[in-house]
Amino acid sequence: MSNTNSQDTLIVIQDLNKKFTSADGKVVNALENINLEVKRGEFISLIGPSGCGKSTLLRLIANLIEPTNGILTVNGHSADVARRNREYGFVFQSATLYEWRTVTKNVQLPLEVMKYSRQERAERAKKMLELVELSDFADHYPWQLSGGMQQRVSIARALAFEPPLLLMDEPFGALDEMTRERLNNELLSIWHSIPNMTVIFVTHNISEAVYLSSRVVVMSPRPGKIYKVIDVDLPRPRSAETLDSDGFFHYSSQIRHLLREVMA
Amino acid sequence: MITSKFEKEHTLRGVVCVKIVLRYNRQTELFRVLMLKNLSNRDNLTTLAYMIGILLFLVAAWEGLKWIGQESDYRLQLGPIDADLKVARDLNMPHLRDIWEAYREPAQRNGPPLIEVLLEAAVFTGKEALLGFTMGTVLGLVLAVIFVHSAILQRGLMPFVVASQTVPILAIAPMVVIWAAKADISDLGVPLIAAYLAFFPVTIYALRGLSDVPQTALELMQSYAANPLEILFKLRFPNAVPYIFTALKITAPASVVGAVIGELPSGIQDGLGGAIINYAQYYTSAPPRLWATNIITALLGILFFSVVALVEKLVVRWKANVN
Ligand SMILES: Nc1ncnc2c1ncn2[C@@H]1O[C@H](COP(=O)(O)OP(=O)(O)OP(=O)(O)O)[C@@H](O)[C@H]1O
Ligand SMILES: [Mg+2]
Repeated sequence: MSNTNSQDTLIVIQDLNKKFTSADGKVVNALENINLEVKRGEFISLIGPSGCGKSTLLRLIANLIEPTNGILTVNGHSADVARRNREYGFVFQSATLYEWRTVTKNVQLPLEVMKYSRQERAERAKKMLELVELSDFADHYPWQLSGGMQQRVSIARALAFEPPLLLMDEPFGALDEMTRERLNNELLSIWHSIPNMTVIFVTHNISEAVYLSSRVVVMSPRPGKIYKVIDVDLPRPRSAETLDSDGFFHYSSQIRHLLREVMA
Repeated sequence: MITSKFEKEHTLRGVVCVKIVLRYNRQTELFRVLMLKNLSNRDNLTTLAYMIGILLFLVAAWEGLKWIGQESDYRLQLGPIDADLKVARDLNMPHLRDIWEAYREPAQRNGPPLIEVLLEAAVFTGKEALLGFTMGTVLGLVLAVIFVHSAILQRGLMPFVVASQTVPILAIAPMVVIWAAKADISDLGVPLIAAYLAFFPVTIYALRGLSDVPQTALELMQSYAANPLEILFKLRFPNAVPYIFTALKITAPASVVGAVIGELPSGIQDGLGGAIINYAQYYTSAPPRLWATNIITALLGILFFSVVALVEKLVVRWKANVN
């Protein structure tokens, strides 16, 4: 299942390794021999126990850190070029809003950096806030919003410049179950509404991974590896019905078993 | 001819002023709202009441101590208490009434009343302090920006910055005054001394604020491929603003102190420093005048502090605890 018919490859990862050397000289094999291809328009989740390198993989793709060795291309060029081309929207676990900026101004931040005109900044911010249903809070400061609202602002901010690739590192990890479900649906409808947008989504939550994804990448720790990739063949658009379906139950338990194997 | 040119300039300036006022109409509106809100705000009334209460208490304590001293002949013996109260003599602690009177009496025969002399001196010293405060703030910020971008320069220069503050200002002041005179910028001598006191806290606090940026906030900028200048102005500097205001609340009154101290070795007579020297010489015959001068100096410091605190309130609007 995918967002689009065009099945061309967006990300190619071959034999990718990442070692961290700590201050006392100890070497951590955060990622070993990662091989993965992501097609344009896919929604991919990374799941695995804590410390298995999910964030590291995401940050390598985003070019926030450099690989030790291996190949990583995005859109046919290196991650560094992709970052300079502004192809990434990044959403962190904490909303990371700038507290001195109002909601609108936070959404406009990437647009300012990317030198959009004042008028276009205003228009896009307005549109994005409508998308995440926060128009009424445009002039509020971050501290005046709940955690879920803050995270929606940060999603609006990531989408404001329409990046082809949305990278999300446990974006809903700190939220309660109800809010998480609502935001999952919101995220899916946004993904459907933007043609060709690819999402890579890190999570600890099995049902969230199954509900959202076209594919789920199960990772194993020490050293961080890809253990198995599961194609989630559930019909879209997904809804409350999906959650009750046999298929959903099947995928969830399959992934639960894989995670048990990985932890053992 | 000259008059018309002057007038032309004057009206031009007027037009510019009107434009600025119009442009900032929204801000002035906000300013008014803030002021009104502050005036009607119960908390602020309570604060005011407390301030008046404390002032009355201090007045009562001062005069009470004087009264006890007088009654006990400056030696209080009461059970186990045996206190020397010579400090409460008029020479050390003049009556507040006498200080009040001193303001209204001429400072010199046939001269204007002391209060006028002191207010003029306060304006003079205030200008020096303001210039020094500005120079110190700019220098402090520049150093902090350099340090946050270069660990090497920070490690190399910081010891000297710290050392500069361990040298007593009184030892530096005469040298600075003489150098300034030699360099034909004698007007800048005193402000430089004030700046010397003012830059250090700004450097320390601003550096903290510029570098105390969450890792993810920085990575966000990196994911936009933002350049260092954008990171400085859109992230580091706004993050540092509350820190900088903390520093400015220290340095604003400190630059008044710096200006007063700077006046001493330079022999400047027009400011509060000159007045302090002057009235200290006559202290034994007329103590209220020195007290009167000290009070004006303190009020000048408080004024500097209050302006910074007000500007902070107007600028740092995003915090839950401010406003
Ligand atoms: N900057 C770093 N320096 C040293 N080691 C690091 C660094 N970043 C991550 N690591 C190590 O790499 C491994 C993978 O970390 P990573 O944060 O990618 O895990 P994760 O799967 O995201 O875990 P979690 O689910 O807890 O977020 C861990 O052992 C971690 O200690
Ligand atoms: Mg992580």
